Amino acid sequence: MTGAESAAAPARQEPLLSVDGLTVLLPVEGQQRAVLRDVSLQIRAGEAVGLVGESGSGKSMTARAIDRLLPRGAEVQGQIYFDGADVSALSGSQLRGYRNKVAMIFQDPRAHVNPVRRIGDFMTEALRTNLGVPTADARRRAVDMLTQVGIEDPERRLRQYPHELSGGMLQRVMIAAALLTEPALLLADEPTTALDVTTQAEVMAILDELRRSYGLAMLFITHDLDLAAAICDRTVVMYAGQVVEIRRSELLHSDPLHPYTAALAAARPEIAQKASRLRAIPGRPLSAFEAPAGECAFAPRCAYAQPTCLTAVPELTELDDGLSRCSRAAELRGHLEAVHV
Amino acid sequence: MSEPEAEDGGIAPVLEVARLRKEFGSLVAVDDVSFAIPSGRSLAIVGESGSGKTTIARMIVGLERPTGGTITACGGDRSRPARSARDRRRRGSEIQIVFQDPYTSLDPRQTAERAIDEILRLHHGWPADQRRARIEELTELVGLDSRQARALPKGLSGGQRQRVAIARALAAQPRVLILDESVAALDVSIQAQVLNLLADIRDETAVSYVLISHDLAVVRQLTDDAIVMHRGQLVERGLTAQILDDPQHPYTRRLRASVPRPGWKPSRRQLVPAHSEGEVA
Amino acid sequence: MSAVIGVSTRPARPPARSGALGLLRSTGAAGIASAVVIAVATVLAAFGPLLAPYNPDLPSLGLAWIGPSGGHLLGYDFEGRDVLSRLLAGAQSSMVGPLAVVIGAMVLGTLIAVVAAWRQGLTDTVASSGLDILFAFPGILLAVLAAAVFGAGLTAAATALAIAYMPYVARVLRGAALRERGQPYVAALEVQGASGTSICLRHIVPNMLPLIVAQATILFGWAMVDLAAISFLGLGVQPPAPNWGVMISENQPGILQGYPMPSLAAGLCIVGVVIAFNVLGERLFERAQAAHR
Repeated sequence: MTGAESAAAPARQEPLLSVDGLTVLLPVEGQQRAVLRDVSLQIRAGEAVGLVGESGSGKSMTARAIDRLLPRGAEVQGQIYFDGADVSALSGSQLRGYRNKVAMIFQDPRAHVNPVRRIGDFMTEALRTNLGVPTADARRRAVDMLTQVGIEDPERRLRQYPHELSGGMLQRVMIAAALLTEPALLLADEPTTALDVTTQAEVMAILDELRRSYGLAMLFITHDLDLAAAICDRTVVMYAGQVVEIRRSELLHSDPLHPYTAALAAARPEIAQKASRLRAIPGRPLSAFEAPAGECAFAPRCAYAQPTCLTAVPELTELDDGLSRCSRAAELRGHLEAVHV
Repeated sequence: MSEPEAEDGGIAPVLEVARLRKEFGSLVAVDDVSFAIPSGRSLAIVGESGSGKTTIARMIVGLERPTGGTITACGGDRSRPARSARDRRRRGSEIQIVFQDPYTSLDPRQTAERAIDEILRLHHGWPADQRRARIEELTELVGLDSRQARALPKGLSGGQRQRVAIARALAAQPRVLILDESVAALDVSIQAQVLNLLADIRDETAVSYVLISHDLAVVRQLTDDAIVMHRGQLVERGLTAQILDDPQHPYTRRLRASVPRPGWKPSRRQLVPAHSEGEVA
Repeated sequence: MSAVIGVSTRPARPPARSGALGLLRSTGAAGIASAVVIAVATVLAAFGPLLAPYNPDLPSLGLAWIGPSGGHLLGYDFEGRDVLSRLLAGAQSSMVGPLAVVIGAMVLGTLIAVVAAWRQGLTDTVASSGLDILFAFPGILLAVLAAAVFGAGLTAAATALAIAYMPYVARVLRGAALRERGQPYVAALEVQGASGTSICLRHIVPNMLPLIVAQATILFGWAMVDLAAISFLGLGVQPPAPNWGVMISENQPGILQGYPMPSLAAGLCIVGVVIAFNVLGERLFERAQAAHR
């Protein structure tokens, strides 16, 4: 770990998950195109980290890289370490063991569950096959977990099929299933985006509560800054396949370190008041391969850009216990507060 | 366009819905809903999935037939399906709609220009150069450059496609534009652009918006009045600002408390009964 | 006006290769080879009689069954006619028949599929039930019936086959038509006040074109086989008119006598063209399905 990175994770212990210089290229229309560029982040045991970005930011791809779910033909550079072991080198039983310790929850639960199998079978599968837990025991644990996620009549639910449950219920089941194998790290990829806002609040509360009580680390991916800040201590902001800021969540609005973070927060309308016009960011969010090489990816849209921003890709620099990929971060500090017009 | 006069000498509302009801078999999707939108004002219909908000929108534009109640727009009744092609077109020129998903609301084989041209040909018997001028006016109004106007949808981003959908909806110069979660599928930074665009368009054309949305911040930004729907019933109505600052109905309060904002923390209710949850989209 | 876009006007995705040539290239080597075979067959169908080196119709019994020799690449058939010339001349009726079947079945099938998908409800139920009844009749059976009623000949046979294939086409296309019908852009057009007919013709059918083309291609192969069989049975094209199916049948005695060439050559022509249509059709079908994933 470099000095800058270790400062952002003041380690009394080694981080549980360490992503180091991750670059991923995917074959798109016959060419290898970058979707992640030099992504580095750490998650300590028991820590919740938010990963926020818009389209093309690479947030989902990062989670998939960590869970080794990248599509065929993906080219990966850099390292991912979990509990000291190189994730890309794992295979066979080691990989299965890894999957027990790193659980993933997806945005659309229906696409990730077999519709012809009962909930009970699905939930207990990993326990029975990977960990050799006897069926009755596994079912008992499943019932217990369903109760914890707030589902009533859990025995009956175990016998039901996925289509009999609403989206919100199914997502709770997925959370329960993920927690059953007692993982150390939870990867949540936009788990509430497809849910109603009241359901979302409920599911978020459950996720937060259970995570804390089981002492799990979590990487929570979302496009919503405030949602990430609600249950994550630190937030990583991504743009065009790169990490542009890592910051304590409560400081994102009051003291952001990167113009993109400030602009993103300012672009959102407020529930408490109406602005005559919103502070929109001109242009549109880019993917890593669309961003021009050799310059700051956000510069063309940045209100603070200067000619020097177009000469080199800025490095992640440490600032006030956070990280920023802005060459002007130090001088802009304090002037980036997300304000509305 | 002259305003039809109401009986008390005031100006008639652009859209009025009275005791609107829709049943799907034994399910009551919309139960006795009434509201009126005065000329020059915009209304939000707030709710989550299963609230009936989209069904109301579909009934207003004629995609769904009301089981009961009346819908009146621009002085004409539209509670029953249109009888003639001319009636259908007239209704199309009064109220239009922009859908949520930018990826399926445009014909993948049509460029923006052709899509708008088709609408113009449908409503007016204009010669080609007059249509071309209007197309240019519309694409400029929504902020599309000439490359984008001539591109197929697959060459456009989500935000650009929504702009095309808006331009197409405005082609017939409707008095009312229904926005059915039209910004929900857009990135935050693009959403801000489109919201600003919608405000600009309203300033320029005096159109009234009916915003169907679950996003209370967007609702605040774009509307003057609001009604809150829950399981088919209208549970609260009033000025948008008032409903959001001081919600009265327990559901409205819960909705407002659920919206993430700076400093927000989720809190948990008790065990959830079987049928209280739904999903968006 | 704050509606700014222009900073990065690059499109979200680079546009894929479009146009017929791009489509062809994407079907791979087998697809291209098939297209070549089909093109050759089409040319022969159009100009066959002109390209024939010898008279395909004039019998010369003294020359019957003579194998390939000086100038006659494929030898002579059972009546002493040059086999190659007959094949070239026969290409026309062998290709035109299936074409008529395909056009008939596709037009009728598309019409029923789109109308049923548009109107749904009772219309759809009635149409589907009617189609199910028609499904019970295999093409050849209908062709035999048609021959019995209207007399043997290509017209009756082709019409019967078109009617027999139509339910299949309608079934396959109905799904695609329903999917397009359910798209928001169709709803947007309805709200504008566009008529059902114009929406179906200008939007729904064009968006089904990849599937329609793929289906028509596959159908051509089947029609060719079925019509050849019908002509073989003597119910289609009547001898002495040159036709590949007829040639198999009329030269059949030669196979057992040790002169397989005329029958075999005609059979190979049919097989070759049918395989080409099948391969190309399947590839196009795959692409049409993939486009909707």
